[in-house]
Amino acid sequence: MSSTNRTDVFDESPLVERARAGDARAFTELVNRYERRIFRLAKHITQNEEDAEDVLQETFLKAYSHLNEFQGQSKFYTWIVRIAVNESLMKLRKRKSDRMVSLDETIDTGEETVVREIAVWDGNPEQRYSQEELRQILEKAVDSLRPPFRTVFLLRDVEELSTEETAELLELSIPAVKSRLLRARLQLREKLTRLFKRKGDDVFAYL
Amino acid sequence: MFLLTCKDFLSELNEYLDETADPELRKQLEQHVNECPNCWVVVDTTKKTLQIYKHTEPQDIPERVHRKLTEALERRIAAGPPGRAF
Repeated sequence: MSSTNRTDVFDESPLVERARAGDARAFTELVNRYERRIFRLAKHITQNEEDAEDVLQETFLKAYSHLNEFQGQSKFYTWIVRIAVNESLMKLRKRKSDRMVSLDETIDTGEETVVREIAVWDGNPEQRYSQEELRQILEKAVDSLRPPFRTVFLLRDVEELSTEETAELLELSIPAVKSRLLRARLQLREKLTRLFKRKGDDVFAYL
Repeated sequence: MFLLTCKDFLSELNEYLDETADPELRKQLEQHVNECPNCWVVVDTTKKTLQIYKHTEPQDIPERVHRKLTEALERRIAAGPPGRAF
């Protein structure tokens, strides 16, 4: 997929300025650019396709209605992510009676930071797998994380919010964000290494 | 300078990867990773894990979902500019 869709290389500010000045087409362009990322985020947090559709719609409707409150201190995309996370968490709370695990659940320490798989990867997975295969592997791995780890990982490492922004949004302390991120990263590393490691290899064969 | 164990190193892995360790700790982390092949592999594979997540583009959203969103926005836009009650 085109690299121009990457949020880190795209300068959104001219479009945001036009949208704030009342240009609905500029706003629609921003929606088109970000809808896929917001939908993915909402699906990962809610774990429910239908909820994610509602979140997607609510997020952009709210963003449009509150556009004059966007002050430009953060990136517009970050502002949208915040709305989407709040909407997603509201969906989760509504489903609290389900088996859904709360984001505030007490986290068992220890075992989850254990590193078992110590092996180098076999080449570059981005070349070895098709984009679709890789996407499925990555999404499955993220979805297998427990919700408190998953959400922190998505906000920090996928949506690139700061530790402070993540803490504020999830109503967590900064140390809690940091420790959840560490566990999430190590667990994903472990899962991906199991799939991507050089077969029959161990670390010393690499030296 | 005291020597870091692998456990110490892992607990500071984010500081190492995100380059947020203070210079003294940074030096100790560097030294450990240069001397410990296991931790070197953990660093390397964690970096790759993060890179691959950052590089992977989201899937296109289903056409039906895109249309539903577009129609809802069109209705909202037709109802008036931002900031106005609707």
